Amino acid sequence: MGLNLGVDKEAEHFAPVRLSVEAVTLERGGHVLFERLSFSAAGGDFVELRGPNGAGKTSLLRAIAGFLKLTTGAITFEGVEDAQLALHLLGHRDGLKAALNVEAHARYWASLLGEGADAGAALDRVGLARIADLPARILSQGQSRRLALTRLVTAPRPVWLLDEPAAGLDTQGKDLLDALIAEHRARGGLVIAGLHERLTEEATMTVTL
Amino acid sequence: MSPLSVIFGRELALAWKAGPAAPVGFFLGAAVLLPLAMGTDRALLEAAGPPLVWVAAALAALMTLERLFQADLEDGSLDQLFLADESVELIVAAKGAALWVAVGLPLALAGAPVAIALQTPIEGIPAVVAGLALGMAAFIGAGLVAAAVTASVKRAGVLIALIVLPFFAPPVVFGAAATGHFGAPFLLLTGCALGAVSVGPILAAAALRLQAE
Repeated sequence: MGLNLGVDKEAEHFAPVRLSVEAVTLERGGHVLFERLSFSAAGGDFVELRGPNGAGKTSLLRAIAGFLKLTTGAITFEGVEDAQLALHLLGHRDGLKAALNVEAHARYWASLLGEGADAGAALDRVGLARIADLPARILSQGQSRRLALTRLVTAPRPVWLLDEPAAGLDTQGKDLLDALIAEHRARGGLVIAGLHERLTEEATMTVTL
Repeated sequence: MSPLSVIFGRELALAWKAGPAAPVGFFLGAAVLLPLAMGTDRALLEAAGPPLVWVAAALAALMTLERLFQADLEDGSLDQLFLADESVELIVAAKGAALWVAVGLPLALAGAPVAIALQTPIEGIPAVVAGLALGMAAFIGAGLVAAAVTASVKRAGVLIALIVLPFFAPPVVFGAAATGHFGAPFLLLTGCALGAVSVGPILAAAALRLQAE
């Protein structure tokens, strides 16, 4: 699949962004996931969240995205007006509709989340341009994940929250993910990812839950 | 194209692919069986027909509600709605409007042959179709809230039915009374539809925010 792995030098730089997680405690269903977690990160950083299954990586990402209530502590963004309009959340569910085709997803996200690159260019970037007409129902797990990655490409948003982003991706897909992360950091973007496997891209900070 | 028109287009495609056939078919089937069950007494059909048609329409509307937000929650697309540069209330309204176009309008049109089978005079048909179209808007407006509240509940059909029952009652009452003429009950039905369509998306959006947890 003709992947374009080159870093796009013309892309615009993001305004400086800063995330502070201060003494955050998260509970799910009465069970404490982690207590008094603190870290801060800024644009250009790549924070990896590590920890065994059930340690709370997904919950922390959803809390940063503003979906979960914190038991105690605070999560604040500096440099963005509305945090939910400044971030991408790539969860383990890809957000695909089985009945709609690949291109319809890319066009929908481009208009829902903010248009940067057009849908066709984004699909080209993630290597799905040749199967733009296929319904999401028959995509493989890796192809579904690549389609979810088009969200990162179509809408330029400074903060990326990635939950197991490499799950299901083949070697080329992982290279693509690495390239996207490198490109995003070069533009001053912040990446926070829950990971089990190592990516080539070196993290600037590891948070262990 | 504006984001809302793209969202509406997508929801319309999804609602159309999920199929208006099941609810409209249910409605037609119920309405065809009614005269067969009630026999050939013309006066009885004229009196009992319209109320029963409205009950069939309300039940057909119920069928469309269970998967409305549940599918979005399960496949992860609900999260993306909250990250959108568009108010969730408007997105939910667009979803309801798409459902009305894909299912509500075909069902209202199916009301014409049903009304004829139930001995409604020809000049009363436009009021029947318009009444059912308004009724479906009222059902969907109230149904959005019930569907949002129960999005994370498995097999929520019965629960949805219990929640919407009190809110389906006024449009059923006025709709059945309005059948065949544009009188006072028709205006009250219009009021029900407007109320449900304007308040429903706001309450549904609030319920969905809780579901994202």
